[in-house]
Amino acid sequence: MLIKKGAEASLYFEEWQNRKVILKKRLPKRYRLPELDREIQAQRTRHEPQIIHRAKEAGVSTPIVFMVDTAESTIVMEFVEGKQVKQVLSDLPSDKRLDLCRYIGKLIGRLHSDGIIHGDLTTSNMILTPQGKVVFIDFGLSEQTKELEARGVDLHLMKRALDSTHFSHAVDCFEAIMNGYEEIRGRKAVKEVLAKIKEIEKRGRYVSER
Amino acid sequence: MNLAILNGKKAYSTDPSRPACREYERSRAASSIYLRISLLIVGCMERGYCLGIESTADDFGVGIMSFQGEPLANIVSSYMPEKGGIHPREAARHHAMIAGKVLAEALRKASVKPSDLTIVAFSQGPGMGPCLRTGATAARALASYLNVPLIGVNHLIAHIEIGKLMTNARDPVTLFVSGGNTIVSAFEAGRYRIFGETLDIAVGNCIDIFAREAGLRPEEGFPVAAKVMKLARKGRKLVPLPYVVKGMDLSFSGLLTAATQLVRDRRCSLEDMCFSLQEYVFSMLTEVTERALAHTEKPEVLLTGGVAANERLQSMLKVMAEDHGAKFGVVPKAFSMDNGAMIAWTGILCYKHNLTIPIEKSFVKPKWRLDDVQALWVGD
Repeated sequence: MLIKKGAEASLYFEEWQNRKVILKKRLPKRYRLPELDREIQAQRTRHEPQIIHRAKEAGVSTPIVFMVDTAESTIVMEFVEGKQVKQVLSDLPSDKRLDLCRYIGKLIGRLHSDGIIHGDLTTSNMILTPQGKVVFIDFGLSEQTKELEARGVDLHLMKRALDSTHFSHAVDCFEAIMNGYEEIRGRKAVKEVLAKIKEIEKRGRYVSER
Repeated sequence: MNLAILNGKKAYSTDPSRPACREYERSRAASSIYLRISLLIVGCMERGYCLGIESTADDFGVGIMSFQGEPLANIVSSYMPEKGGIHPREAARHHAMIAGKVLAEALRKASVKPSDLTIVAFSQGPGMGPCLRTGATAARALASYLNVPLIGVNHLIAHIEIGKLMTNARDPVTLFVSGGNTIVSAFEAGRYRIFGETLDIAVGNCIDIFAREAGLRPEEGFPVAAKVMKLARKGRKLVPLPYVVKGMDLSFSGLLTAATQLVRDRRCSLEDMCFSLQEYVFSMLTEVTERALAHTEKPEVLLTGGVAANERLQSMLKVMAEDHGAKFGVVPKAFSMDNGAMIAWTGILCYKHNLTIPIEKSFVKPKWRLDDVQALWVGD
């Protein structure tokens, strides 16, 4: 059963070996030249489960991957029960909202400490389970690197996602995320990455101080 | 600027109910329900005309729109550098020289007397300082001479608003691609939000610099980007280039360096590189637009800006929009490149919400962001 047609892939909810699973199929993009499309899709299909596994080693919950098929650009993984953080964040009472953000910040901090860059940190790519755990999904654009630049871009995207989706709480939420991040990465790392984010923002077009 | 041309007593037709471009709008979209609704709403207001001046970069444009959304005139004069890219001071000099002529031609084409103008709008930013100031000076002079309200319009919003008018889109994800801009935007909670943008250079800039580095030269009415598009049709072999998408943001600078070096070292033919450059760059643009579309779940995709004229980009976005069940619209070339009509139309929308500015506060804003503006008129 098709549950979500995303930009990258279609997600199907299926029964597989008596388990509830998500089948993530990257569909060929008709707009892209087939040879370019095949290369991009195969690379991303191979890459995603590897990083999903690395994230677990870093102490961040991700879905369990059951099967990978590069020829079909398909990944079969655990169905994570819960709601997208995007759906709940704005409706939570303020203290709960900030707690959740601080927790998310810790998780991002763990990923970054292990050199994992998610690449698409939005609140729709985080699932809040009924037990209150946050599971990161969609590592389709992730990469492994220890560069400050990459961490800066990653958090810059998070900030931008909050700005565009949760505008009324964006500032508080991002601050809470950075507080959580600091718990894992320490004061110095936070200072560095905040300076980097500022620099990245200034690189954007039409920023008042540049 | 020659203010004598503004003395409308002699030179112009006096019948504003028969504007020159009426057939244009009638044949295009008069049957659409949306247009009828918007005509109804605007129709409740007084009749009037807005003159818009655009001068953010190399184009100086004057457009005249009726309050009903009819483009009566849309005249553009472009500065052509002898070599290299746009020199802001030289572009501004060009604008100052032809401003009077373009204004006069627009008024003549629209058959509108200066005294018939209800408001004057100008592109207040973002753009190149000297160019913006030239257009702003002309607009201030005109507004104070006629004693009509002045409106400072955000150039980026103007592109989106005229695009919506011309394609009858109501709430699109807009891909705005030009020599100076690469933005994916959609309306959310009072503003046009930026979902994705370039992290370094604009896509049009990337293509232009590549073309110049590869030895292509612009000709009148045939910019270098058009030459790239033509050469790309003869390309067959896809040369690997960096494909850099970060979330919904893009980067073109590494790709530009790679493409330029490969051609300079003669490691591939110019045709193949033009072909590959377009395939990579437009695939990246389509991918981020698709991400924004999936994220916002908007019903329409709108393509505008100077690069919107590229057929390959159009076809990619069209296919993508179809796959998401979204409508796809390309803004006609005269209204997708920098032009005065878009400034005039956005001026009218702002005027309905009293967003006029006193002359002494009409400083240009060279780095004015799209999401700084509260778009009060959206949803009217």
